[in-house]
Amino acid sequence: MKLTLKIWRQKNASDKGGFVTYPIDGISADMSFLEMMDVLNEELAIKGQDPVHFDHDCREGICGMCSLYINGHPHGPQQTTTCQLHMRSFSDGDTITIEPWRAKAFPVMKDLVVDRGAFDRIIQAGGYVNVNTGGVPDANEIPIPKRVADEAFDSATCIGCGACVAACKNASAMLFTSAKISQLAMLPQGQVERMSRAEKMVAQMDDEGFGACTNTGACEAECPKGISLTNIARMNREYYSASLKSENV
Amino acid sequence: MSWVTKTLSSTIGRKLIMALTGLFLILFLTGHVAGNLQLFNNDGGEAFNIYAHFMTTNPAVKLLSYLTYISIIGHVIFSIWLTKRNKAARPIGYGVSTPPSTTVSSRNMGILGTFILIFIVVHMQTFWYQMHWGEIPFVTYDGVEYKDLFSVVAFTFQNVFMVIGYVIAMVLLAFHLSHGFASAFQTLGLNHAKYSPAIVLIGKIYCIVVSILFASMPVYIYFTQS
Repeated sequence: MKLTLKIWRQKNASDKGGFVTYPIDGISADMSFLEMMDVLNEELAIKGQDPVHFDHDCREGICGMCSLYINGHPHGPQQTTTCQLHMRSFSDGDTITIEPWRAKAFPVMKDLVVDRGAFDRIIQAGGYVNVNTGGVPDANEIPIPKRVADEAFDSATCIGCGACVAACKNASAMLFTSAKISQLAMLPQGQVERMSRAEKMVAQMDDEGFGACTNTGACEAECPKGISLTNIARMNREYYSASLKSENV
Repeated sequence: MSWVTKTLSSTIGRKLIMALTGLFLILFLTGHVAGNLQLFNNDGGEAFNIYAHFMTTNPAVKLLSYLTYISIIGHVIFSIWLTKRNKAARPIGYGVSTPPSTTVSSRNMGILGTFILIFIVVHMQTFWYQMHWGEIPFVTYDGVEYKDLFSVVAFTFQNVFMVIGYVIAMVLLAFHLSHGFASAFQTLGLNHAKYSPAIVLIGKIYCIVVSILFASMPVYIYFTQS
């Protein structure tokens, strides 16, 4: 495959940045998108140029490290992570535009790398269970209905990649935050800190400068893990009830 | 009061205000359209004028009307506050952005709302202001004097541009409500596998029925009162 890549290049966080066009040849349809980027970077390295910086880690679609806004979609045209996107999703001769996630809370560090520390700080604010878990408990020691366990697990599949923020017209982090609040709010282990968790995580989300939700559903449509909008409704319920009932005056 | 202001100034709290004021305005629209159906009575405006008199003098209706003004102002102020924040959340946009599988209405609620606000200002100047403080002729039914608001309506909609403007405004209202109705319930946290599809469906039917009824009023007056 022969392709034209339009890639956002930016030296550092304070650089203005801009698009640079790279022609690339000899790409196999079986390569993953990131392997295609590796081929480009090899060529750039041989020419003595600075390779294109992008985030990646497991390349198995489970770590949430890869990002890239490809042709107007986070993680490209398929509803999957960029590492699981293959070049067969494109045609010979295509022009592919590759940009970083765009949000005030996700500042661009270099080229396509953004700082998603805002998500970590939202988790640090309350996305945990603060009890000594001890050893591995016996199976079924804590009875949890199958439906509840499934739903909590569905929320927990969020890998925190930030595609929801990238897709949202308001750069809102509500799908992410709601998934993280939901996975614990539904389980017995999460009950102790249920109210303070909702309050603290929402407050941190707001402090980070993310936008609010307009219920367009763009996040749900682009999420590689299929996190649903029901999480946002649940977060709202959790937040209202925490605001009304918690001891935080 | 600090926890109240803290909650209502959070992103979720601001959306809560949007949802509650929006739902109240939906209730208001329902009453407004039902009452105005009397324009179709073909009685020279008698039923409509008696109804308009009741609506401007009854104390319970007065209370509701103040709630409506507060809702409109609240809806506008909080939407501006939210929109400013939302715009600030993405200072640098994308080079390429294909709209994903979202509706035109949901992506343009602010623009639709702005046009509806302009419409409300014109609409209130034309009828509401005239009814309260304008010079309106009087009519007498069964020995009681009423303001002849119907004559103002009939006169206003002799102007074809006014009719067209009203019809366009109602189309915009339909789009605004087609997203706003179900969206308000989602913001309130009312999302359920059983009821959400019904809420979405009712919202779609509501926005179409209400807009068609409202839009048909100036059209009807234009063709029957010339």
